[in-house]
Amino acid sequence: MSDRSILDEISLLSDELDLFDDVMDKYEYIIELGKQLSPLDKQFKTNLFKVQGCQSQIWLHPYEKEGKLYFEAGGDALIAKGLVQILIRIYSGHTPLEIMETDSSTLKELHLSEIISSGRQNGIASMLKRIYTFAKETSASQTATTSFAKEREDEKF
Amino acid sequence: MNKKDFPIFKNAELVYLDNAATTQKPQIVLDKMNEYYTQYCSNTHRGSHDLGNRATQEYEDSRAAIAKFMKVTTDEIVFTKGTTEAINLLASSYVKNNFDTVILSELEHHSNILPWQLHDLHIEVIPVDKDLNIILSAYEEILQKNPGSFISITHISNAFGIVNPVKKLVEMGHEYNCKILIDGAQALAHVDLDLKDLDVDFYAVSAHKAYGPTGVGALYGKYELLEVMDLYQGGGSMIDDVNFEYSTFLDPPFRFEAGTQPIAEVLGFKEALLYIQKTKGLHAHNASLLDYAKKELLNLEDIILYTQAKNVSGNISFNISGIHHDDIGILLSKQNIMLRTGHHCALPIMKKLGINGTIRLSFAMYNSKEDIDKTIRALNKAVRMLR
Repeated sequence: MSDRSILDEISLLSDELDLFDDVMDKYEYIIELGKQLSPLDKQFKTNLFKVQGCQSQIWLHPYEKEGKLYFEAGGDALIAKGLVQILIRIYSGHTPLEIMETDSSTLKELHLSEIISSGRQNGIASMLKRIYTFAKETSASQTATTSFAKEREDEKF
Repeated sequence: MNKKDFPIFKNAELVYLDNAATTQKPQIVLDKMNEYYTQYCSNTHRGSHDLGNRATQEYEDSRAAIAKFMKVTTDEIVFTKGTTEAINLLASSYVKNNFDTVILSELEHHSNILPWQLHDLHIEVIPVDKDLNIILSAYEEILQKNPGSFISITHISNAFGIVNPVKKLVEMGHEYNCKILIDGAQALAHVDLDLKDLDVDFYAVSAHKAYGPTGVGALYGKYELLEVMDLYQGGGSMIDDVNFEYSTFLDPPFRFEAGTQPIAEVLGFKEALLYIQKTKGLHAHNASLLDYAKKELLNLEDIILYTQAKNVSGNISFNISGIHHDDIGILLSKQNIMLRTGHHCALPIMKKLGINGTIRLSFAMYNSKEDIDKTIRALNKAVRMLR
């Protein structure tokens, strides 16, 4: 998470990954990212937070803080964890609207088949879907809260 | 052997070891399908024009060839979309109305579990021993408690390669007045079939696991059983007469083939089986690859194999201690080695073993010892990266 926009972050990551001429070096880097993923608190390693369709297990805990969305995740396979780390870097720390306005197909720039293929077994694709669903739901509840607050304000007059 | 017959291997770097999922297709199969579409494409079993007659003749020739391959009679072969549909057809048209209990083994593929569950049939499960062989004494006990049941067991385990003693299982089942289906999805390309000798009541196969096209398979059924089965689907070319008040239907196997069938694929299926028949020494070749792979895998540090059984064919499953199978699958794929990692649609046996999945090598005629050597080198590299 950073001050960069989502698209800038994707572009930066794309440049980073393009530095590797050898595909195995690229995956070595992703494995390193996977090793660096902060451990997820045990309370979130439940079915509620489990991402469906993964060859390996991934748990995604999304939360909102001061209008922005944050994501933390855990998993049991290193490459999946590395890919998850990439998605967290891209999407964490942005508002629901910023996420919803970003076309997820932009991720194709990363040239990572595990992220861009949308097979039913693809957990990373499922995780992406969850990020967008959470953004949509939070956006709706923020709007509802805002309207509710506005209605209450209006009632005063 | 025969690698040059398979156009996909024009990509010389490709090592394909996911044959239990689907095999590659030889040019001769593709040519046959192309021949249908370019020379006599038309619907079968309808009208009387020459193209239609040719297509119908070719289609029925395929049925005859498939029957011959399995050593049964032609009208005992029903074309289906594959093994899965064959099992669903049986569940729907025969088992749900005639049986209360279905007996399965712990090794079954989901396709041999879910069709029974969908019809709320009671399921009894035969356990396997530490080498994943069916425990025959447990089978006998289940039969004693559930005579007159339906039995459905895989010929070869798709996840661990165990070859079940089909003839014995059938004999025992029949002693207790049961009917038995064998799921032959993995066996078609790995066993010389003689279904009359095995005396199975039903047998289900998929073309695409035996060098044929996807979207077609077959259900073999003893004719007297096909005759008493309920209809599966209604539609064109399965009827004798249709009125709004009532309809009458053709005899088996045609009554189970409603609507236009995957004609090109049916024709390709025949070519695939003829091709297998022409390939001498195929089963010995695959057996030697499996032996070689096992020997090489055993040299790896932290290797976990799941069976010491000798009655194994077609595939071998393993894990590397402390490393997730999915990571291995991805890193091997990046080194042009395509194999399968995961639960292989056999979750119950994975759960029994306390694992989420395995790494599976599955073999076909075009594989070689060199493929296995490359796989072992790639595996070593992947393990080094993941440690």
